[in-house]
Amino acid sequence: MIKVTGLTKDYGLRRAVENLTFTASKGEILGFLGPNGAGKTTTMRILTGYIPPTSGKVEIGGFDIVDKSIEARRLIGYLPETVPLYNDMTVFDYLMFMANLRNIKQAEDRVDEVLEMVHMEERAEGFVGNLSKGMRQRVGLAQAILHKPEVLILDEPTIGLDPAQIIEVRKIIQELGTEHTVLLSTHILSEAQQVCNRLLIINKGHIVAEDTPEQLQSRLTGSKHITLRVRCGAEDMVPVIHDLPGISSVRLMDENTLEFETSVNQDARPDVARAVISSGLDLLEMTQDTMSLEEIFLQLTRDDFPVLPQESVSASTGEELEEKEE
Amino acid sequence: MKNIWYIAKKEYASLFNSPVAYVILLVTFLTLGFFFWIEINYAVQYQQYVPSMSNTFSLLVFPLLFFAVPAITMRSIADENKSGTLELLLTSPVRDWELIIGKWLGCLFFFLFTLMVTLIYPLVLNTMIDKGIDFGLVFSGYLGVILLISAMCGIGVFISSLFNNQIAALFATLGVLILFWIISAPAQLFQGSVTADVLTYLSLTEHYYDTFLTGIIQLKDIIYYLSFTALTLLMANISIDIRRWR
Repeated sequence: MIKVTGLTKDYGLRRAVENLTFTASKGEILGFLGPNGAGKTTTMRILTGYIPPTSGKVEIGGFDIVDKSIEARRLIGYLPETVPLYNDMTVFDYLMFMANLRNIKQAEDRVDEVLEMVHMEERAEGFVGNLSKGMRQRVGLAQAILHKPEVLILDEPTIGLDPAQIIEVRKIIQELGTEHTVLLSTHILSEAQQVCNRLLIINKGHIVAEDTPEQLQSRLTGSKHITLRVRCGAEDMVPVIHDLPGISSVRLMDENTLEFETSVNQDARPDVARAVISSGLDLLEMTQDTMSLEEIFLQLTRDDFPVLPQESVSASTGEELEEKEE
Repeated sequence: MKNIWYIAKKEYASLFNSPVAYVILLVTFLTLGFFFWIEINYAVQYQQYVPSMSNTFSLLVFPLLFFAVPAITMRSIADENKSGTLELLLTSPVRDWELIIGKWLGCLFFFLFTLMVTLIYPLVLNTMIDKGIDFGLVFSGYLGVILLISAMCGIGVFISSLFNNQIAALFATLGVLILFWIISAPAQLFQGSVTADVLTYLSLTEHYYDTFLTGIIQLKDIIYYLSFTALTLLMANISIDIRRWR
């Protein structure tokens, strides 16, 4: 549904997005992750036809967003970062206005239906200006899903919502994600992990990683990190543990604590536990950390981190672009 | 095409959600009513004086419209831009020109409504004069004012599309309107030359005071106002386009 090739956007001399290439197919929820200023909003604005790309191509459902803008825009539901609402209209009137612009048949029924979906039916006759931040966000979402769009683009959809509403909105997104293509940007990594089928981590305008949340985790972790706490005499354990199979870099942290690494595809904990007990020490605690998405994110968006998996893809699109310029 | 109607309707309705529209209506009707009352009293005192609508029209054009038009058009696009709703409209399946024309039409509707209320003056005047008033003159007066407002709203919508700030749009529009009002003044310096003709031709009000107001409807004046409107709306469209490419 969404096909982005070699997308680049310059704001004057500043390059906001460089050579982005990705696709999203029907029934997929693609998460767009990145620190502030990574180019998430810029990319979404280009995808929705609000601003044109400097170079590269965006196709929505086969329609080019620049050449066949209106056709492509018909397929898109978009919730921008700042929720676009008219404060002087009632919720119902606002949605009716948007429904009319979207040329929806039986607009009133559809507006009622959508209001129910976002649990705003009681505030339908209230003015948008009097709504709380969370309610505004929900009305914005209602506007985006009015016309049952093939492609739903949401720029930080859960921002400003309370926990119950966040769960509600995520549920809506997941429901929509079964039939539509959803592209959502977020700061909240656990959200991305829960909701998205696939993640796209973007930093300084580049894609630094693209994979499922699980794959990202296992690929980047490489090793498991185990912390062991015993009562006294941890020092004596260092050579014992070091001799166990599959264990590397054993470090003594203090008189009670040891840290070591094991390989991913092996659980060394039972062996370690037995070794501790048979040495006559008291095992107090043993914890195994897998790398959280937070850590992956921080690692990938670190300034010195090399651009990871996209090399093959971006190289090929680079050639395509050169051909075009010729 | 339907989109134009939806946008115009929304624009018109939202004008009445702000106090500006009511203030403008109040000031307009108070001023016009007061002058109309003076006109009639004057006619009652001096029997030879025949009261007419032309003073009322002149007053409506300047200063009332010169302030009312910028106040109405200032928010049309600048406000959408500021509140982020322009992003919504420009990403919905609405063509840029549909948006522009819708906005312009919404503003024009407001003034058509205002003018409709002022129809009461000629009707009152008609009952006061024995043989009745010349409705041809009234018609040409109104036609001219509508054309003039159309051009003025075009300027207003265009300038509003340049700004994020309503107040900036208000004063810029006022400035441009005044410029197109006084532009014919320096014509006297170049009397008889082409420059003088061009300057006089460009003036927004020259095409009204000596023609429509005196009952003369000329094609060239109609074309002037219509092409003025088209040009300003085209410029607004370009301005939106540039905004995208920036």
